[in-house]
Amino acid sequence: MQSNRRRKNEVLLTLPSMGWLILFFVIPTILVIAMAFRNSDPYGGIGDQWTLDTIRDLRNPNYPSIIWRTLWLSVVSTIICIVTAIPASYYISRIRKKFQDIILLLIIVPFWINFLIRIFAWKVFLHPEGLFKQILVTLHIASPDALLLYRPEAVLVVIVYSYLPFALLPIYAAAEKFDFHLMEAAYDLGANRLQAFLRVYLPGIRMGLLTAIIVVFIPALGSYVIPDIVGGPSSEMIGNKIAQRTFIDRNLPHASALSALLTFAVILPAAIALTRKFFKEKNSASLGI
Amino acid sequence: MKKSRFPLYITIAILIFFYLPIIIVFAQSFNASRFGGAWKGFTLSWYWKLFSDKNIWHALTNTLIIAVSSTFVSVILGTLAAFALYKYKTKLQISHNILIYFPLVIPDILMGISLLLFFVSLNIGLGLVTIFLAHVTFSMSYVAMVVLGRFQDFDYSIMEAALDLGATWRTAVRKIMIPYLMPGIAAGGLLAFTLSLDDFVITFFVSGPDSTTLPLYIYSMMRHGSPSVINALSVLMVAFTFIIVFLSKKLLEAKE
Repeated sequence: MQSNRRRKNEVLLTLPSMGWLILFFVIPTILVIAMAFRNSDPYGGIGDQWTLDTIRDLRNPNYPSIIWRTLWLSVVSTIICIVTAIPASYYISRIRKKFQDIILLLIIVPFWINFLIRIFAWKVFLHPEGLFKQILVTLHIASPDALLLYRPEAVLVVIVYSYLPFALLPIYAAAEKFDFHLMEAAYDLGANRLQAFLRVYLPGIRMGLLTAIIVVFIPALGSYVIPDIVGGPSSEMIGNKIAQRTFIDRNLPHASALSALLTFAVILPAAIALTRKFFKEKNSASLGI
Repeated sequence: MKKSRFPLYITIAILIFFYLPIIIVFAQSFNASRFGGAWKGFTLSWYWKLFSDKNIWHALTNTLIIAVSSTFVSVILGTLAAFALYKYKTKLQISHNILIYFPLVIPDILMGISLLLFFVSLNIGLGLVTIFLAHVTFSMSYVAMVVLGRFQDFDYSIMEAALDLGATWRTAVRKIMIPYLMPGIAAGGLLAFTLSLDDFVITFFVSGPDSTTLPLYIYSMMRHGSPSVINALSVLMVAFTFIIVFLSKKLLEAKE
């Protein structure tokens, strides 16, 4: 009887949050995947027939290049974030605690600013009539008619800007726990700096690296606002196409097909993150998203 | 071995990278020239233009209504979820935990489009109510994670001791558990509140004609309005964020 009552209490306590998430998260996600197999009606709604045509439309000649661009922008921005976060977090974890706290605060503060405004700041910064462009022209780095905005490179820079702190924090958390005596031991045993770094330091902070890769790569794949504001038609990503199909063409099944594709693209890294979280070692850094 | 200075240079470069665009926006908000190729004199006119815009006040009201209501509900749901995850170690809780974790990793645009399809299929009119439902859905997981972090160090035997000494369940929760969890609940609530204030993508998908929030309004200004007015608005919002953070820090210090 006791265990029955306990079970009942558990269900009562779990029901509000789990019920809410099933209703507003699980069902809508299944709905998106199901809608990818529906036709669209001419009034911008969802048709009442099941069809594979919507999925077939994904072979539309525009899509492969957009999917490819989404992938390379996400991969390259993740690599840049990780490669710059490793030395920076190494430096931060080696200085005095008081200075560590100051630098961490300096890293976090800009990200209290509204997301849209931070992206807009880049638009102002890279603007054709802006100060930065003029400096580049005066230094003969750029020609007067060079365009800094509305190109994939601008999107890349702003993705890195937006997600770099999410790479810095978990890698720093791992570096801070790393025992640096191990590096000295490696030097004593004849390793040079590069060997010690690659074979002792990097394996030591691998959990932080994995968290960093996931928290940069997944949101980068789903970028929509960044290419929308600093990119032009030549820098569109999947997110922009989903929004266009939803708001401009009002073709919801088509938007669903693209979203289903994106969902499957993020499920793999998300599953890796979840398996790691629930079945392997607990890493407090992974909670610090 | 001589210490390499390379990590120091990278750290400095990152900090410059983080602050440069923000500093430009600050300077621009006082510049009489629109794009700041040159400094054409100090002006406050962008700020005046901003204050005379009535739509902003409407958007701000909507934003606050949604932020306050969604924070309230997500704090309750998130705290209950954290308690269940802490107290029971069953298979149900593993799936519960995975379910709570998912909204944290899924890109905003996917949550936006799926909720939009959900509301459209059920013929629910888009507006403040749908924005509220969406905001609770994404904030709840953050609250649950933060409160669960606080729970990790909670000694449940204190609750059992109170119950043995004749306290009712209700009293034990109110006098022992809630006060202990309060810093976690407050931090989770603050996070939910800021996430709600900040959200653009999900809100964009589930909003209706009369439910413009501040981020939605900023977005439409970016597309059609004067960039200098947005610069001025950015400066005010940054100042506002700093005041909030400063006050909450003072409050927490006063409590300790």
